[in-house]
Amino acid sequence: MANSIAHIASNTFREAVRDRVLYNLIAFALLLSGAAILVGQISIEIEKLVVINLGLTAVSLFGVVIAIFIGIGLVSKEIEKRTLYTVLSRPVRRWQFIVGKFFGLAGTLVVNTFFMAIGVFAALFYVSHKFVRADALIFVALYFIVLEFLIVCALALLFSSFSSPLLSAVFAFSLFVIGSFADDLRNFAAMAHGFSRWLATGAAYLVPNFSAFNVITSIAHEQPVAGQLILQNTIYAIFYAAMALSGAVLIFERRDLK
Amino acid sequence: MPAIEILGLEKTYTVGFWRKLPKRALHPLRLSVEDGEVFGFLGPNGAGKTTTLKLLMGLVFPTGGSARILGREWTDPAVRAQIGFLPEQPYFYDYLTAHELLEYYAQLSQVPAKERRQRVEKTLHKVGLREVQGMQLRKFSKGMLQRVGIAQAILHEPKLVFFDEPMSGLDPIGRREVRDLMEQLKHEGKTVFFSTHILPDAEALCDRVGIIYKGELRGVGAIEDLTSRVQGKVEVIWQGTQVPPSIKALGAECKAGGDQVRAIVSENQQDAVIDALRRERLRLISITPVRTSLETYFVEQLRRAETTAGTVA
Repeated sequence: MANSIAHIASNTFREAVRDRVLYNLIAFALLLSGAAILVGQISIEIEKLVVINLGLTAVSLFGVVIAIFIGIGLVSKEIEKRTLYTVLSRPVRRWQFIVGKFFGLAGTLVVNTFFMAIGVFAALFYVSHKFVRADALIFVALYFIVLEFLIVCALALLFSSFSSPLLSAVFAFSLFVIGSFADDLRNFAAMAHGFSRWLATGAAYLVPNFSAFNVITSIAHEQPVAGQLILQNTIYAIFYAAMALSGAVLIFERRDLK
Repeated sequence: MPAIEILGLEKTYTVGFWRKLPKRALHPLRLSVEDGEVFGFLGPNGAGKTTTLKLLMGLVFPTGGSARILGREWTDPAVRAQIGFLPEQPYFYDYLTAHELLEYYAQLSQVPAKERRQRVEKTLHKVGLREVQGMQLRKFSKGMLQRVGIAQAILHEPKLVFFDEPMSGLDPIGRREVRDLMEQLKHEGKTVFFSTHILPDAEALCDRVGIIYKGELRGVGAIEDLTSRVQGKVEVIWQGTQVPPSIKALGAECKAGGDQVRAIVSENQQDAVIDALRRERLRLISITPVRTSLETYFVEQLRRAETTAGTVA
């Protein structure tokens, strides 16, 4: 059972690598090295702050874009090209296929993040010529970014299980943007009255709360992250991704592959 | 025990965006295929052949009915390890090489790890793709992809193989190769269920055929039974180029070709023809009863179905 998931995951990873998805790393490297050189020349004392902010934001955005654009095609492309027929006619359950695809994409993003993280640390070393203890906090930010990717991957898969790639992209990206402002939405809900309060509160708790994962600015200012937040975010990301994946499985289990 | 027992499987799709209308793709289908049999599922395009195969493979869900494959419920995952499936016009992960693709399918088919490599290589050899096993599938021709399709269907040595239009779109050589492979499977004792609208292929390969039209099964039987309705005529072939006048006088339809003559005469004229050949000292090659071809039977069934539909309307 677990074997089928692992095989599907490894094939998904191989597909991403062969489709040159990791080429984004070149764009990332160029962006970061250009920024580091530029920042080193024009800013005084804040080079490190700018490089961490820019670097981690780029890691997050590059990853989200990859998660959405690969995720939305994971199921629909297989149905459209009928590659799924020869997989599901074997002893492979539909839920195993979805979970395997999820882990394959998540694995791709983890590898991608790993290489981008090397880039961030290299740029940091270039501008500050040394590492300090507080730089280890970057790992927490990277961990939160990976958690964010898990949610985005699961959402992209959920939308991909019932709608076209274009609509899936629109839904997933909209949810990412709204989720990034989830705190503002919750504040608005607290201030609203009557029906709009219910509506805003419902929406605020339904959309993924990505703002809780954004600790880039505080880490750039070398402010520590509470252990409780790490635990909360871990549980939240696993729970939210599991819910979205369950939704994808429920839909896909009932779908006719015409 | 039959290899396949289809117990009233049916499928109705809903079509339309606003006003959902039911569209029946398959009427309740009852059919059984014996172990070791090569069964041809014949019908024109859109008859319901692919829907039946997709239902059996669990790719679409039936509106009603059930099926048993190799003695188990058709939805049982254990059944899937013992069957192979080639979809119509298959498309595979084109970023993989033929070897990698088969390795992946072997993993999914639960082929033990230590046997995998050997099994993949044996299958590649069997379908004639050993030389190009390291080439990415995006560089493969249609015929080569069809062979990959057959390879993935037989790789795990299934007891039962389903082929959906295996010869479709292939050139004569490709068709011949696929036919040879299917004959080989037959000799290995596998049960083969294949859909086609190419009747000579079915005639050459199948033990039995079923004819489906507009989602309804119109006839099932052994090729000999369906085509053995002798029309009271025999075909006589002899060596030579001349037709003796006494045979001409019988009103026989004669056709000369090369150094042989073929004549179609009624059964009761058979002895007279043999006597005439003896008198003329011509060498008799064969006498065979004239059978209805599968094509004639097929067309007849479709016409009958059309007439019935017209009468009902």
